[in-house]
Amino acid sequence: MSLVNYLVLSGILFSIGAVTVLVRRNAIVAFMGVELMLNAANLTFVTFARMHGELQGQVIAFFVMVVAATEVVIGLAIIVSIFRTRGSASIDDVNLLKS
Amino acid sequence: MNPVAQTGLVLSTGEGVLFWVLAPLAVIGALWLLFSRRTVHIAASIAGVMIALAIFYTALEAPFLGVAQVVVYTGAVMMLFLFVIMLVGVDSSESLVETLAGQRWIAVLGGIGLVVLVVGIVVGAKLPDGVGLAQANADTNPVGVARLIFGEFVFSFELTGALLITAALGALILTHRQRLSKRIGQRELADAKLAAFGQGGSSETITVTPSPGVYARHNSADSPALDAFGEPVQSSVPTVLRIRGQEAGVDQLDADRVATIAARGDMKEIDG
Repeated sequence: MSLVNYLVLSGILFSIGAVTVLVRRNAIVAFMGVELMLNAANLTFVTFARMHGELQGQVIAFFVMVVAATEVVIGLAIIVSIFRTRGSASIDDVNLLKS
Repeated sequence: MNPVAQTGLVLSTGEGVLFWVLAPLAVIGALWLLFSRRTVHIAASIAGVMIALAIFYTALEAPFLGVAQVVVYTGAVMMLFLFVIMLVGVDSSESLVETLAGQRWIAVLGGIGLVVLVVGIVVGAKLPDGVGLAQANADTNPVGVARLIFGEFVFSFELTGALLITAALGALILTHRQRLSKRIGQRELADAKLAAFGQGGSSETITVTPSPGVYARHNSADSPALDAFGEPVQSSVPTVLRIRGQEAGVDQLDADRVATIAARGDMKEIDG
């Protein structure tokens, strides 16, 4: 058991989030994938903070958390307003600019 | 000088056990994102992953972040997701048609590649020996983090406040609905109904429609009211029940009522 295990776990979680964003069509599920990626990055920050014995990493993780919260608020508001006008929460249905 | 800081960080067996119990659970919960069909199940499992991460933060000597993770992510963000799922509709099914040919397999392949790449780099990298936060957390972890946030990072912290207010206003504006027509209140509705009646409309427009079960022999919402002639008034059953086909049919009525309706039919035939 070493701190590298946490980094490996973080990498796995990040990749799962990335594949979710690419594969899932439901906007809400894809958005949760983004959240998972942000959390995986946070885990890396906290692990490195412990590895180096400095608290800066934790502060950055805290800021990431705050920015992620605002991002969720705006993103979900966009999803709701698109759902109201287009009647769908699927990413594939938002193709008005397609020729 | 703290002896731990000199000799480097030694992780306890307990932490190893904690990691190997929680890490597979977190990965399985995250895989739910890829394989589950139901959005609510996904949100619940991701909330579980967030809690597992909060426990990891606490184990990584960051109790403040652990608590913030539970409050912000499982408490606020995932519940916000659940609210939006409620608004958008739980049963919004996903189309399985691929817009780009083979996109799914390319994405999965890319994901596996990303795992291999990241894990290879992390395992292969020459990382320094762990120092541990015993020294940095000497005055407890929240105090240490607060010194940095309100000291070195105070400007970023102020900007965060501006960002939060902008986001709140933005969400309000994005979900604001502009009214296109004049609002029809109780007063306007009553006036319109009376005007229609005054122009020779039927009296049904100004009377209250009977609620289900009124004058009927049952008072459940699925049994229609009976009008003055003993005929069932279908419009008295709530629309939802009618759409679902859950209103009581004639076969579910009691014998008395069937006899009454049958007698009415006989009388009509005699009248005719």
